[in-house]
Amino acid sequence: MEPTFLLAAIAKPDLITFIAAALIVIGGAFGVITSRNPVHSALSLVLTMFGIAVLFIEQDAQFLAAVQVIVYAGAIVVLFLFVIMLLGVDRREVFGRESLRAQRPLAAAAGVIALGEVLLLARTTWATGAHAVNGPVGNSYDNVQRIAAEVFSTYLLPFEATAVLLVIAVLAAVYLARRLVTANAEEENSEEVEGKAVER
Amino acid sequence: MGQDPLFLGHISIGVIIIVLVKVLVAFAVLMVAVMLMIWFERKVISDMQNRIGPNRAGPWGLLQTLADGIKLFFKEDLVPEKADRFAFKLAPYLALVPALVAFTIVPVGGVVHIFGHTVQLQVADPPIGILLLLAMSSISVYGTMLAGWSSGSKYPLLGSVRASAQMVSYEAAMGLAVATVVLITGSLSTRDIVSSQAGAFFHIFPKWNLIRLGVVPFLIFLVAATAELNRPPFDLTEAEQELVGGYVTEYSSIRFALFFLSEFMNAITMSAVIVTLFLGGPDGPNLGGPSFIWPILWFLIKTGAFLFFYVWVRAALPRLRYDQLMDLGWKLLIPVALAWLLVVAGMQVSRIYGLVLFVVFAAAGAILYRAIIIGRETGSEAEVITTFRKLPAADPIRPEGD
Repeated sequence: MEPTFLLAAIAKPDLITFIAAALIVIGGAFGVITSRNPVHSALSLVLTMFGIAVLFIEQDAQFLAAVQVIVYAGAIVVLFLFVIMLLGVDRREVFGRESLRAQRPLAAAAGVIALGEVLLLARTTWATGAHAVNGPVGNSYDNVQRIAAEVFSTYLLPFEATAVLLVIAVLAAVYLARRLVTANAEEENSEEVEGKAVER
Repeated sequence: MGQDPLFLGHISIGVIIIVLVKVLVAFAVLMVAVMLMIWFERKVISDMQNRIGPNRAGPWGLLQTLADGIKLFFKEDLVPEKADRFAFKLAPYLALVPALVAFTIVPVGGVVHIFGHTVQLQVADPPIGILLLLAMSSISVYGTMLAGWSSGSKYPLLGSVRASAQMVSYEAAMGLAVATVVLITGSLSTRDIVSSQAGAFFHIFPKWNLIRLGVVPFLIFLVAATAELNRPPFDLTEAEQELVGGYVTEYSSIRFALFFLSEFMNAITMSAVIVTLFLGGPDGPNLGGPSFIWPILWFLIKTGAFLFFYVWVRAALPRLRYDQLMDLGWKLLIPVALAWLLVVAGMQVSRIYGLVLFVVFAAAGAILYRAIIIGRETGSEAEVITTFRKLPAADPIRPEGD
């Protein structure tokens, strides 16, 4: 007796992989917005990132999947967690009262608009001049070469512009952090001086 | 550059069984290796410190780890009252699973033929290859981070903040060292990385990446990997004198054992990866006998040498301070790795181009170094340091305040 189901799943795995990964993505996304604890939300976000990485692999975009895990799950959410833990906001949030009054309806409206935009872009050709393409381009072994060829020829200008933008962001962050430190120190210095003056 | 020959033809039950057997064998061997590694570390370190070390359970104390494991398994499993229960229970598995997965890409031997199938002696050879290692090492940060945070206690939190900052910053240097290897191989697959290192210069020197790339990327990877593993001299995460036990302070029973299992498993995996990337993996002369046995033996010998190196370093070197650790990572390893990557890229274009780049970077580095020294002497640097010292003591990134 052959385990035909197993064989079928292995011979034609796309659908099963897609369903499993989609469930992970949606489950993670729900976790992000329903968790009371910000750390749990961040963990759910990691789950979503993993689901998306699996979807990339299913499309033979193996390099994108690896980058998804390394950059998003491995660096960005780690930074989120850093901020959450260090700022001490890792307590349960109280829902019900909100600082912005019309926040929820506005968020719902923005979500609907974004969904409509995605559907529109997928269905029409006016944005990119071509229909949305679904499926692997080439095999999974020339990912890096293909991406490099595109990035360094067709999309060179946007790529360089992004690099410049990132450098500017880093410089600005360093500048702000440094200025804050010196300001703090000066404050303390003046306090110390004042304290000594009072003692005298 | 090619696919795993196992999956080229029709995927039959036989192929599935071979894959399952590979996974099971790798798991079992890794577990036994961890057991032996802990014993090896304790024995070697006690030798270096003029002690006897474990000598009760089994011959030469070989079964000591097993006894410890059984003891831990039967201990009471405590969850602190202030702990975040979900994250507290999840953290050990988040530490263990990446350690297991990362080993799958390491080629432990050549190619064997079983029942008409061509089988590579490695669990998986994915197209992303070595990127899987980087992905897994970035995921293992979560284990440490959540363990410290979810314990709901001061010292574990400090330990985990140190650990995650350290792991995130050394990942960059490690990635750049890996990039030089990928650059010269032209492929991400670990099998290709190993096969491109076969052969020898002048029939004497092996064509390993250690020699081909100059020794610098190897040294950078070695240091970064040691820091990534949180092993001495970079074990600030569990500095006993300052932090009790670091992020594992509140853990007991089998969860504690899982953390230690993953730590030693990571050490084994990293040694194996260093061998794969820079020392030709299973490459070595065939000294007679069945042909598939020698690659495995060479691989084991090289990996064992690095494991010994880790133990040796633990016995020999004192722990770094936190600021020294960050200086080494950000101010030395990352710039040098970046410059070396560009030099290797230049060498790929032409010899002259690479040499010019090398000279330019050496000159720029010397000027920068001199500028930093002058800056320190004129006192502007001292000002910055004092400003850091005067930060409120509650800033947990710098718990010891220099």
